[in-house]
Amino acid sequence: MPPLAATGSGLLPMLAVVLPVLAMVVALPLGARGAERMTIALLLPGFLLALGTAIAVQSSGAPAIHLLGHWSPPLGLAFRADGLAAAMLLAAAIVIAAVALFARGGFGVRSGAPETRTAFAFWPLLLALWGGINLAVVANDLFTLYVALELLTFAAMPLVCLEGKRETIEAALRYLMFALLGSVLYLLGVALIYGSAGTLDITLLSGRLGLEAPVIVAAALMTAGLLAKTALLPLHLWLPSAHAGAPAAASAVLSALVVKGSFVILVRLWFGVLAATPSLPAMQILAGLGAAAILLGSAAALAQPRLKLLVAYSTVAQIGYLFLMFPLVAGMPDSETAAKAWTGGSVQAISHAFAKAAMFLAVGLMAARVGHDRIADLAGTARHMPVPLLTFGLAGLTLMGVPPSGGFAAKWLLLSAAIEAGQWWWALVVLGGGLLTGGYVYRVLSVSLTSSGALAPPAPQPPGTPDAIALGLAVLSVALGFVPLASFGLVQVGRMGLAP
Amino acid sequence: MIAGLAVDVLLAAGSLGLALGVIRARRVFTAIALFIAHGLLLALAWVRLDALDVALTEAAIGAGLSGVLLLAARHRLARGGSERTTEAPGRVATIFIGLGCACITVALGYAVLALPKPAPGLAAEVAANLAATELGNPVTGVLMVFRGLDTLLEAAVLVLAVIGVWSLAPDATWRGTPGAPWPAVTDGPRALLARLLPPIGIVVAVHILWVGADAPGGKFQAAAILAAMGLLVWFAGLVRVPPTASWPLRATIAAGPALFMAIGLAGLAVEGAFLAYPEGLVKPTILIVEFVLAASVAAALALLVMGAPSRDAPP
Repeated sequence: MPPLAATGSGLLPMLAVVLPVLAMVVALPLGARGAERMTIALLLPGFLLALGTAIAVQSSGAPAIHLLGHWSPPLGLAFRADGLAAAMLLAAAIVIAAVALFARGGFGVRSGAPETRTAFAFWPLLLALWGGINLAVVANDLFTLYVALELLTFAAMPLVCLEGKRETIEAALRYLMFALLGSVLYLLGVALIYGSAGTLDITLLSGRLGLEAPVIVAAALMTAGLLAKTALLPLHLWLPSAHAGAPAAASAVLSALVVKGSFVILVRLWFGVLAATPSLPAMQILAGLGAAAILLGSAAALAQPRLKLLVAYSTVAQIGYLFLMFPLVAGMPDSETAAKAWTGGSVQAISHAFAKAAMFLAVGLMAARVGHDRIADLAGTARHMPVPLLTFGLAGLTLMGVPPSGGFAAKWLLLSAAIEAGQWWWALVVLGGGLLTGGYVYRVLSVSLTSSGALAPPAPQPPGTPDAIALGLAVLSVALGFVPLASFGLVQVGRMGLAP
Repeated sequence: MIAGLAVDVLLAAGSLGLALGVIRARRVFTAIALFIAHGLLLALAWVRLDALDVALTEAAIGAGLSGVLLLAARHRLARGGSERTTEAPGRVATIFIGLGCACITVALGYAVLALPKPAPGLAAEVAANLAATELGNPVTGVLMVFRGLDTLLEAAVLVLAVIGVWSLAPDATWRGTPGAPWPAVTDGPRALLARLLPPIGIVVAVHILWVGADAPGGKFQAAAILAAMGLLVWFAGLVRVPPTASWPLRATIAAGPALFMAIGLAGLAVEGAFLAYPEGLVKPTILIVEFVLAASVAAALALLVMGAPSRDAPP
């Protein structure tokens, strides 16, 4: 492929990366209150930068590119926001904004109040996570992507144990071990790729690497490392305790965004760096693991006695859907079917981000008000907390893939692409996963909708701003299904691995 | 030729032997000592490969600071006494871990031997463009100009790491002094070294920082040496570290990355690209960034070794 040339709109995604990172650094001397106000002030500009990127990419039909310091690759570094990156920037900006506004309740600092440990840490960590996810989707250099993974890991790990309880610290340590192992494996692969091709720029690497031993070893190491960070079964062992133990606002960003960062890098690896390397058997293995994650993760969610763990296992399952796109795209990259599968995977990543963030926020509200998250004892919740329960139900619709919802669009695209590609077995997995998801969502709703038993219910509480924010995210995840499918064409812009 | 080969064989055998020793060691202290020795041997291996910048970094951070970090962790665990220690993995787990490591080692060895020769790379292109950077050391050119973004973000990750470590403190003490306090010692080797070494170390660090523009060296190595000197004084109980609530302490950690990003944004405003340096002023700009960054990185590294403000910190 020819080297990249800068575009005028390239400074939008560049600022979307730099501003949150700069804010994170400045937040340290400013203290918790200043950090909170700065985060809130950055939400709108961050959203507008993402929106501007999406509009520029959609209208020009080409990626937005920024060359750092005017140095073009292979010597320098480039940011390349294609359609997928623009869509992820938008999703991240919306989820971060919702979570930040939601978190003012728990981590907000009033003027004159002493700086608490959790507030001191939460705001910079949230900013770092935002910068990290933005960097992971727009960086076009394999080592810069490693730095993005570091930002994501070191922001996510302290969020897991923010409450400081022993079991959450253990969960955070286990997460750290998996994540660091993933980083090391990824970095080893990056070194081998540099040794093979003498560059780390994804666009330049695309089409340059053949089936040589170093490339195969590099691909295997990097894939294993990224799977550990994405928590694809069987490397998901760290996820349930980590995501269920974190405070609600943190769980929401961990499940909605952090695991998507390493997923997007995996997509760049297989459909960018290794675009010219025959890879269908490897893709079938990835999708096979995805299918196992869907079925086993959903079954595990069905068996959980606690609500937060149920939602966390649901993440394990929903991550599986993302991997169904790999063999469907790799089969015939230039076909209509591949385009469908690509869109399906992207819409799944985005609709799950909204739905899962909404679900974790809603569950956090319910657990905080009832004082526990035992599913069996949730009777009567519907009457006292209708809004969080409605949020849970709407988000559940998207996760199940019931029409009309974003999840339905995603699963329908994957299902029909599987049938068109003659790989009908993935279609069965999509249907089976939907049924199991329906099972665990119904389990929560059915208990909550029964009138309360012997226990005196807590006093009914008027729904507040946090309830509305969580509901807004759930509505958004459903509303994605009303968007005409053609407008998802955004994610096709700048897709790599296609015949020129 | 023969002598070189003999040194290489010795280095390779020695580092393998030490690595094996780290795994086999029964006492934590032995394992850490062997790990530090292993790091120093690796640094020598980098010298043999003519990668002086990497050798300096390996010695300063890989062996030095990591070693100190491990020793401090051991000290803290030993004092905790009742703290639970993780039991050793069982026989089956050990076999699986061994098999996994062996597979990766064999695959890596095979892949490295199969890499194309001569190795493709960007060294020629870096050399051809070095004049534009006004620098003499190609490694500094890569770190501060061609791949300046990576360096900037890595510096930001250090700030994030400090925030993460402090967030692990108990609520009651988190705004206190980082780490567990060391009793002041007035005689013995620790007190002597803490008085003798820092002046020399500071001069060496400033030298490495200053020559980094044109010769092997630079901010990370200099920062590691500065951090080590600070830690030496701290271990001897001769200095009080400001509490984590201290504004000057926090500002010191953030100043380097913040300045680097501000200069990057100025490049955007003036030259039209993030991290584009003003023509003719590239070297002075980079030197200013390197000096401030060295101070911030040194503070961050030292604070990371000290750890979270602990329960046994004085009120």
